[in-house]
Amino acid sequence: MTSLVDNRKFKGINRRELLKLAPVVALGAFAIPKLQKPLLKTGLGFSDWASSKLFRSGHLAPTFADSELTPFSKFPINDYDVDDPQVDIDRWTLTVSGAAQTPGEYTLAQIQALPKVRQNTRHVCVEGWDVIGRFGGVCLSDFLKMIGADTTARFVTVECADDYYESLDMATAMHPQSLLCYEMYDELLTRQHGAPLRLTLPTKIGYKQAKYLTALKVTHVLEKFGYWEDQGYSYFYGL
Amino acid sequence: MRLCHWVNVVSLFVLVGSGLQIFRAFPSFGAKIPQKDLLHWPKAFALGAWLGGALQWHLTFMWIYMATGLLYLGYQIFSGNYKQVLFMPRDVPGVWPMVRHYFFFGPKPPVKETYNPLQKHAYTSVIGLGVLSVLTGLAVWKPVQFSWLAWMMGGFHLARLWHFLVMWAILAFVFGHLVMVILHGWNNFVSMLTGWKKDPEYLSK
Repeated sequence: MTSLVDNRKFKGINRRELLKLAPVVALGAFAIPKLQKPLLKTGLGFSDWASSKLFRSGHLAPTFADSELTPFSKFPINDYDVDDPQVDIDRWTLTVSGAAQTPGEYTLAQIQALPKVRQNTRHVCVEGWDVIGRFGGVCLSDFLKMIGADTTARFVTVECADDYYESLDMATAMHPQSLLCYEMYDELLTRQHGAPLRLTLPTKIGYKQAKYLTALKVTHVLEKFGYWEDQGYSYFYGL
Repeated sequence: MRLCHWVNVVSLFVLVGSGLQIFRAFPSFGAKIPQKDLLHWPKAFALGAWLGGALQWHLTFMWIYMATGLLYLGYQIFSGNYKQVLFMPRDVPGVWPMVRHYFFFGPKPPVKETYNPLQKHAYTSVIGLGVLSVLTGLAVWKPVQFSWLAWMMGGFHLARLWHFLVMWAILAFVFGHLVMVILHGWNNFVSMLTGWKKDPEYLSK
């Protein structure tokens, strides 16, 4: 766009045009400490909302051949406060509560009676590493059916023996690859990997796949989001 | 459009800073690439203090970045302005004389249009890079939901590498761009703020 104007008009135009840039200064709000936290929380919340919209219940995470598996010895272990919360495996039960027709204690045998699923999927850690692991267990959706869960409820929450805790949106809980996992690499879970039961969720980031499960609740309202979410990490974190 | 430019300056600064912080949490791209010490990036250049914080910055500003990018592209196409900026095959012969002029003190080629061929090349490329940064970012953010995108890039690990490399390419552009801005004087810089330029060269012909 070219036109010729005299000097005085030029100065007036300059002032007006600079004002048009004012919205850029609005971004400066991010630099104000008090506003930063709520602004970033909103940003993350928006990202999570967009993520939930992008999630497709029928879309499967990539699976891999056995030859592509990361060796078990190279599968890293992250924990909350202890490597092994000394779960008494023989007396362990999963305490089910919330919007379910048959809440109560469930034994590992009852869970293992459901159809067995084995899958080789990628486990991605928020830290930046990822490995391909072999996970065996039962579909979380089958278990939810067994307990008569109200699948119109929005969330499934879990608690763990090491005081870790997490929550899931129902859509992910019902996803065909979401497992109550009790085996890795065709062997029962070792203590370090979350014995006797953990979540395996190939459509979610690693920290949502809680180990050492002790309780599961189906709920319409979330009271606690998750250990890492409470530190400021994303709640939905779907892959 | 100047608005888009300056909003993106801020966005890019935040995205690169927080991106580097995310990288610092685990400086590697996959099992086949050595896990330790691939690249040590000093903390001073990283934004977000810790991984969680960096992710918050990155995941917030990426929306602002994408929105301004779309706004810019929409404007360029609908206003027809893209014709001034888009690098076309007929611009190719003009690039070397400009490079020679800037870097090797060659003669100054005649000024024919608003943007010379080297500029057109740079400004077209950086938009391409911007688009790539978004596409690679999406593949890295959602390798399951965008598995086709990740596949096109050669897989999850390679997508992460491309995302990282595209960042460096954009930074290279920024460096060159800043050098040019400084070399071309105050009036030119002010025109990016106000949209008006005092005595532009291409008018005097």
